[in-house]
Amino acid sequence: MDFWNAITLITNYILIPGLSYGCQLALGALGVTLIYTVLRFSNFAHGEFMSFGAMVSILLMWYFQSLGISVYPIPTIIIVLPISIIITISFCLLIDKFCFSFYRKNNSQSVILLIVSIGVMFFSNGLIRLIIGPDDRNINDGERFLLKAKTFKKMFELNEGLAIKMSQSLTIIITLILVTFVFWFLNKTKTGKSMRAYSDNKDLSLLSGINPEKVVLIVWIITGMLACVAGTLYGLDKSYKPFTYLNLVLPIFASAIVGGVGNPIGAIIGGFVIAFSEIIITFAYRRFLGYLIPENFLPETLMQVLSTDYKIAVSFLILVIVLIIKPTGIYKGKLI
Amino acid sequence: MNKHKNRIILTYGFMFILLLLVGFLQSWNVSLAILNLCIISAIMSLGINIQWGNSGIVNFGAMGFAALGGLCCVLVSMPITNSVWQLGGFKVLLAIVIFFIFIFITNRIWKFFKHSPKKRIFYSVSIFLIGFMTMRLIADPAIQSIESFESAKTGYLGGVNLPIIFSWPIAGLFAAFVAFLIGKIALGLRSDYLAIATLGISEIVLYFIKNEDWLTRGVKNVNGLPRPVPYEIDLQNTDWLIKLTENYDLSIIVVSSIIVKLAYSSLFLLTLIIIFIFFETVSKSPWGRMMRAIRDNEISANAMGKDVKKRHLQVFVIGSAIIGIAGAMMTTLDGQFTPASYQPIRYTFLIWIMVIVGGSGNNYGAVLGGFLIWFFWVESEPLGLWIIELCTSVLDDDSLLKNHLLESAAHMRLIMMGLTLLLALRFAPKGIIEEQKRI
Repeated sequence: MDFWNAITLITNYILIPGLSYGCQLALGALGVTLIYTVLRFSNFAHGEFMSFGAMVSILLMWYFQSLGISVYPIPTIIIVLPISIIITISFCLLIDKFCFSFYRKNNSQSVILLIVSIGVMFFSNGLIRLIIGPDDRNINDGERFLLKAKTFKKMFELNEGLAIKMSQSLTIIITLILVTFVFWFLNKTKTGKSMRAYSDNKDLSLLSGINPEKVVLIVWIITGMLACVAGTLYGLDKSYKPFTYLNLVLPIFASAIVGGVGNPIGAIIGGFVIAFSEIIITFAYRRFLGYLIPENFLPETLMQVLSTDYKIAVSFLILVIVLIIKPTGIYKGKLI
Repeated sequence: MNKHKNRIILTYGFMFILLLLVGFLQSWNVSLAILNLCIISAIMSLGINIQWGNSGIVNFGAMGFAALGGLCCVLVSMPITNSVWQLGGFKVLLAIVIFFIFIFITNRIWKFFKHSPKKRIFYSVSIFLIGFMTMRLIADPAIQSIESFESAKTGYLGGVNLPIIFSWPIAGLFAAFVAFLIGKIALGLRSDYLAIATLGISEIVLYFIKNEDWLTRGVKNVNGLPRPVPYEIDLQNTDWLIKLTENYDLSIIVVSSIIVKLAYSSLFLLTLIIIFIFFETVSKSPWGRMMRAIRDNEISANAMGKDVKKRHLQVFVIGSAIIGIAGAMMTTLDGQFTPASYQPIRYTFLIWIMVIVGGSGNNYGAVLGGFLIWFFWVESEPLGLWIIELCTSVLDDDSLLKNHLLESAAHMRLIMMGLTLLLALRFAPKGIIEEQKRI
């Protein structure tokens, strides 16, 4: 029994939160990686694109709520996703047209584009705060839990409960669908293949008649879609606050780099590596060990590698270590 | 050459008039407050400029160095807390020394097993973990007893009770030391990676400062740092000031705070001038020429026998030291150390906007950028309000949209900064004051 209690504890506090947070990071990292491979710059504004997507979703959700449309127990925000994806994509395309395309045509250094993306970050952050305000908003209007801790305890007669939030399960399902779609698109369709060719060797692909405008367009469409969904899911899982997305950029970069920049599979793996290591390193193992070893052997301390205050710092730490020891990441990506 | 000089005089004059305008229209207190932070921003942007403008190093870690500078103010100027030291201060020191010894051993092992990657990772990771655990075992109880000692008042080790002005050079040295360590490990990376790595490291530094309460009091803040200049309240009791204000019929409160601010300004201005002259000399010297050569073409500079890695490290250390000094100055001006107030937008990216808008690669441009951008960062709130009022003047007074926009006018600041950066990059990529072509 104690063994199962321990397993439940780990599932409840590490596995499920790690999976859903990992999904959100993976979606973000996939967007960053795609932009990097095709457009050749690190997009610091990606967090703001996510925030923008989430904001559009919230505005649409309010409109739908005022119309009285709801799909209880699923949160209303999920059904507005298709519309907000389209709006986010248009926003990305506008930004590209007015900010990035000029430097792409001039063949500017990637650092310049990086600085441009910081300008975009400032601008969109201000715009978002201007439209929706800086407040914290809870946007989950559906059923909160898919599986309540109490029900689980009763079902299996355990001390530890297992709770699965609606937002967590939705995150995992939607991520699965989206990632499958993106990989199918990149690997199986002709447009996807032309995109990969373009990122592998720009000159050669231009010679073989690939239209660069089209490739760029498609990259932004996919990135906008990923950003919008990732932002909305993150807001649904935690709560929506424009400021948090600013701090999300670095974990996303960490995921992309740890997995290997320029490698879509790497981005997904990197997202989970970062998410799980954040949770595993800051988790207090005392209660877990309490189930497995006799009480007299149990040490006094919480059995925590780092305190929970350092949760986000862990991702930066991993980022820095990976950058120094193996800059190509887990799956050999490109060197920036 | 002449055109360059004219432009400098013109833009600096414009900046001066802007500050005067604020003095006449708003108040002299506001104007001087802006001026003080303008000077600090100018010093920070000089620091970034020597790294990016002169040598092409992308350092996104300004926030971390500024915070370290602020920490130095606390460590130098706060009174010693003997009882806390006896409680556990020495134990913490011991733990830190042990940890560094283990890091040193790890480094040796890492180098020793050059040819067997598996052994290398296994041994160095396990030695590091042992070191980390030993440190935690020794330090944790000591830290707990330090933090629980009168935690509302002290709860940290305190400083060494020196005049706060000493903290400026010490902050420079401290930031230089940290920059040396960071540069050693991170400078091998290429531009984008270096940007992300330095940003990450600065966040780690900040997390450390926020959470290690025994050293910094963390988010509980350190208030009441001593000042290098007299207090307003003391000035208000001096005879000459009382007489002066009575003669000219001025408010003594306003005058005393203006005097204090002027005292700060002159201290800051002196520092700025010293640093500026140093940088001007440096960039005219052979060393400066070499740095620009490395920036413009790293490969050929390398082929000419220049030690690119070493030069980069040098310039990274110098620039970061300057930012550390500016950070200490800022904390001195605030009179308190608030770790939660450090954000990358304000302390890293804004400084970058200053350098790029002002003109990277020349010190006059960097200083101008610091002044101009800080000025608009502060003044964009009233300016944004004015723009929004202008744009919405056609709407009804009670329209929802107008009220919403007026309420959130404060966020215009970020939009304006973003637009400034984007427009500058597009239409004046060399900045307001261009770098001179030197032969």
